[in-house]
Amino acid sequence: MPTHTFSVNGKSVTVDALDDMPLLWVLRDMLGVRGPKYGCGIDVCKACTSHLDGRAVNPCVVPVSEADGGDVTTIEGLADGDTLHPVQEAWLEEDVAQCGYCQPGQIMAAVALLRETKNPSDEDIDAIANVCRCGTYFRIREAIKKAASMMG
Amino acid sequence: MAGADAEADAEAGGTGTDGNGPREHGRRRFLTYLVAAPTLAVATSIGSESAAPSKARAAVPSPPAPADILDLGDVLILAGKPTSGLLVLKIDEEGTVHFRLPREEVGQGLTTAVAMLVAEELDTPLANVRVQLDDARPELLFNQLTGSSNSIRSLYGPVRHTAAAARARMVATAAREWDVRPEDLSVREGVVVGPGGRKASYASLTSAAAGERTEELSGELTATKPESDHSLVGVPTSRIDARAIVTGQQEYTLDLDVPGAKPAMVRRPPTLGGTVKSVRNEAQVRGMPGVLDVVAVETGVAVVAETFGQALDGKDALKVDWGRGTVDGLSDDGIRKKLRAATPPLVVPPVLTDHTDAEFDFAFVSHAPLESNSAVADVRGDRATIWSGLKSPIVAQQTIAAELGLPQEKVTVHVVQGGGSFGRRLFFDAALEAARISKKSRRPVRLMWSRIDDMRHGRMRPATHHKIRATHSLGNVISFEHRVAAVETDFRHGLGEILTANASKLPVAGNATLAQSLFLTTVKSPYNFGVTTQLLGEVPLRMPTASWRSVYSANTRGAEEIVVDELAEKMDKDPVEFRRSFLKSARQRAVLDKVAEDGEWGRKLPEGFAQGVGFHEEYKSRTACLVEIDARDPKEPRVTKAVIAVDVGRPVNPRGLEAQMLGGLTDAISTTLRAGLHIEDGLPLEGSYSQFHYARQNDSPRDVAVHVMPAEEGAEPGGAGELGVPAAVGAIANAYARATGTRPRSFPVNFDVDFDPFPR
Ligand code: FES
Ligand code: FES
Repeated sequence: MPTHTFSVNGKSVTVDALDDMPLLWVLRDMLGVRGPKYGCGIDVCKACTSHLDGRAVNPCVVPVSEADGGDVTTIEGLADGDTLHPVQEAWLEEDVAQCGYCQPGQIMAAVALLRETKNPSDEDIDAIANVCRCGTYFRIREAIKKAASMMG
Repeated sequence: MAGADAEADAEAGGTGTDGNGPREHGRRRFLTYLVAAPTLAVATSIGSESAAPSKARAAVPSPPAPADILDLGDVLILAGKPTSGLLVLKIDEEGTVHFRLPREEVGQGLTTAVAMLVAEELDTPLANVRVQLDDARPELLFNQLTGSSNSIRSLYGPVRHTAAAARARMVATAAREWDVRPEDLSVREGVVVGPGGRKASYASLTSAAAGERTEELSGELTATKPESDHSLVGVPTSRIDARAIVTGQQEYTLDLDVPGAKPAMVRRPPTLGGTVKSVRNEAQVRGMPGVLDVVAVETGVAVVAETFGQALDGKDALKVDWGRGTVDGLSDDGIRKKLRAATPPLVVPPVLTDHTDAEFDFAFVSHAPLESNSAVADVRGDRATIWSGLKSPIVAQQTIAAELGLPQEKVTVHVVQGGGSFGRRLFFDAALEAARISKKSRRPVRLMWSRIDDMRHGRMRPATHHKIRATHSLGNVISFEHRVAAVETDFRHGLGEILTANASKLPVAGNATLAQSLFLTTVKSPYNFGVTTQLLGEVPLRMPTASWRSVYSANTRGAEEIVVDELAEKMDKDPVEFRRSFLKSARQRAVLDKVAEDGEWGRKLPEGFAQGVGFHEEYKSRTACLVEIDARDPKEPRVTKAVIAVDVGRPVNPRGLEAQMLGGLTDAISTTLRAGLHIEDGLPLEGSYSQFHYARQNDSPRDVAVHVMPAEEGAEPGGAGELGVPAAVGAIANAYARATGTRPRSFPVNFDVDFDPFPR
């Protein structure tokens, strides 16, 4: 069985898994990192959105071999200890979540967007394709704008 | 209509208590106890206690509204145990308040609202209150079902009485220790304050306040704060679990660490209800990496593996011979024909007056909660433990126990916070299936439904057909008839039992009549339209259905709001003015006026854009919705703006209420414009969000305002969870009609099969 070494939320990990095993199951079932959620497994719902080397990816369709030597960040690794990331703060201020199941993915997508685009336009925000079945989209939009202004 | 009488009667019942008797709250009464425990614990019976059986009505006036069922003293009298079904509140030595909630949280904000009620009555910070979801408690009988927008309505009184009793006990304890009168003490931030600034925290008092034996408390000791003194209830408050959610710590069923529980997925039949005949390549699949077991169950063939990825690969590799399903060969056309045939006839002849006739079709709709059906089950020889997001855990427990051949008390059912529901989690399909797999595989399992399966084999809102006829003359609507046909909705999740358990007193027999009763008592017209009749016919097809947020109202009232616009046009009136003149009460008109004013009703918009308005009232709450739509491309319409006003009588958490309205709006955008299921040869075609077209950010308005109307003097909270959908359906359809110059009759309006269906 091939071995894969990469970092998850700043900690180095090594797992035995076939090269094509989706990273989502390596994270959730082998490493117990359960912030990234399953919603479809085929890169449609984006509930699993996490970062690989700073880019937003959907680990349900990223083979674990692609993570080799890379840095994986999940929702659990976003805050700095007790200090939340400004996007998380904005999410609290706007009280975005309903059931919350999509929100780790929504937040990771928003962080990735703000990394590229300091002041995202409404069109930029529209391009976030993450599904929120509870329909919190308007609050997500407001929170992203708030986070952008907090990050100045 | 009969339902209105039942309400009136219930309102009038239950007067005249003496000061020491059961406390009266509105029309409901509660008994509160001090419970023997090491630290302070108090408990209140949920539901209602009629003053005495002799005062109970001899027969329940036909049929009660589901939202009022839990208010029926008769049900609990039949249950016969006045002290069963207690809500328990405890305060520990840190001063933390623990409250076990016999309901499910699925995003609707119930845990937050309940924590607010507790904090308010106890005068303690919200952060000190913990709300935990209760396991299945069979002694609660009919009082552990989360649905019908009924949770806050049924818990508002009992939760506050429990907390008020705890506060009174704390104050009495401090008074005794300080040798002063309780009246001279106050409580601030969980600290009892006495003359001269003496202070004692709840933490310091809780042991001394504890009860040595369980005793009933007098009404005086459980009197709640006057609502005019509320400083937290009614104030916009963020969710108590928001931080856990944004840090990824909030646990859903499959995030739980249950030792030894292995991932399991099920290969399902190519048509709904299909059966397993034989597995052709079991040995091959057993040999795949990580696969631990392959077991056939009633609903398909399960693969148990080390990871979900491996279980998924295993189930995809299975070759199974399937038996027939329950609706093989049936497709949308056939279903629509059956629905038309089952639609009860209109009776008012359209000959003497002007009339407006309209027929509508609504497609099947998946609940599609983002957390797909899932459960953890650990079945042993003599006991079983289940974890799942369950809105009717007692029925789940009963069914699973019967299935496993275990006594009910040997099955522990833990209720886990759910990732959305919209009606889906009233059923426990995953919990039952997980129990079967665990039993056969002799190990604990974590069962997850794939999204494709959740959308195709999970439950759905039944398709409906509608016929409406309104007659009018001299500026008045003289009659309004609405006939609905629906594929049978399965109510066998507990709500049905609540009614049928009392079948001797209720005019119901069998699911069909039950559905009729539910229809008649949840769907009502808010307008003075003369002779108004609404009837339901059901087509009994064996498909996995379940009520979907707002049950019959989304389609039924949505369609009516479209006809209201068409009536206004015929009678040459403005849609808002028209509604104003036919609505029945000032509070109804107030929400309509609010959206018309704030949404600048009638403002000029460019070609291809239009406004639309809708109104809805149910469960003692009312709302109006005004939207603007951009339908320059009728195939790609987008709601660009929404203004909503909502009046629930007494909002507990306006911020949570706004969230519910936002959710209802998004549901309406989705199901009115694009989201639905096509049935082809006995199976839905859609298998992903991209095929089902539930709205995403780029389908959602960039401008939304929700106005929560102030509390009404003396009012209790009305229902809120389902309220938002029907008015928004009407508003969006009306805006689309105006923008495109069409009369939409079939929903969703854009419903092409624009994808390649997944293989069966
Ligand atoms: S689970 Fe990864 S995109 Fe849906
Ligand atoms: S908050 Fe429930 S899916 Fe987004």
